[in-house]
Amino acid sequence: MGKVIVVTSGKGGVGKTTSTAALGAALAQNGERVVVVDFDVGLRNLDLVMGAERRVVYDLVNVIQGEAKLTQALIRDKRVETLYLLPASQTRDKENLTPEGVEKVIASLKSAFDWVICDSPAGIERGATLAMRHADVAIVVTNPEVSSVRDSDRIIGLLDSKTLKAENGESMEKHLLLTRYDSARAERGDMLKVDDVLEILSIPLLGIIPESMDVLRASNVGAPVTLADGRSAPAMAYFEAARRLRGEILPVTIPGEKRGFFGKIFGRKAA
Amino acid sequence: MNLFRLFSRPQSAPAARERLQVLLAHDRASTGDSDLVTKLRDEILRAISKHMQVDSEKVSVKLERGIQVSTLIVDVEIPFDAARKAA
Repeated sequence: MGKVIVVTSGKGGVGKTTSTAALGAALAQNGERVVVVDFDVGLRNLDLVMGAERRVVYDLVNVIQGEAKLTQALIRDKRVETLYLLPASQTRDKENLTPEGVEKVIASLKSAFDWVICDSPAGIERGATLAMRHADVAIVVTNPEVSSVRDSDRIIGLLDSKTLKAENGESMEKHLLLTRYDSARAERGDMLKVDDVLEILSIPLLGIIPESMDVLRASNVGAPVTLADGRSAPAMAYFEAARRLRGEILPVTIPGEKRGFFGKIFGRKAA
Repeated sequence: MNLFRLFSRPQSAPAARERLQVLLAHDRASTGDSDLVTKLRDEILRAISKHMQVDSEKVSVKLERGIQVSTLIVDVEIPFDAARKAA
């Protein structure tokens, strides 16, 4: 049985889709069977970040409505053969996602894959609550910025009350993924530090992804950042996060923090 | 970046941290009861209007959130003859 992960945040634009693609690819590069599922019905984007936008025939809604089989809707990645994508619908609205339909799809994916990674839409409504409903593990993507931290706190509350795990009296495993982190700005005191965010949200840290041009460059060409440039700072951070998801205990390094005197003066931008 | 500005500008992250701590303490305590101030305002108005006539436009209810305590400030303007009638 595979593990179901939801990548969620409340706030939009913090890096859920980027992180879903990067972590999914990182896990699959290690030979594990991974499917990334786009729950953002009406505003799908995971296909674009994965570079599969021209190969979408059927989607999640088609499968739920019985118009296509799951195997017909799954798109196999051209670079990593154990990586698959289940796209969202672009034309239907999210009312087409039924709790029963989602439950069936997740159950079949779980039996065929090691990891089922659900990319949640922004917000706290139907799409987001359905994406988190069947999760075993939640990744809360947060930027070191006040509105993102507040929304993450709200999402943590929902994870602890609106999921199947919570309703069964179990506790939901939650991890913080701090994205778009700029250690130079944090050191200057103009950005919340890792410890500030950890103290406020009080969930364990999965990784710190530095603010980087490499993320945009990867999405421009339609590749998860871990595939586009595996040696780049964000890719290395995602690889480490993926290893932690597998249960490895690794010390979290703050990207770009170990810079000498000259680095501090001349290299303000992290990564 | 201008060096002078770099040294003279106060850090903003501590403010972000403090504002979040106060805000989240309240968010967590009052999820689902976001219209608490509206409720309090209505009930306070009802209680006062039992004893005197007040103009609902001239009542202000404000909530100031602090780390340890919050302060509810109720400001009711009592017209001169309403006060005399009550006396």
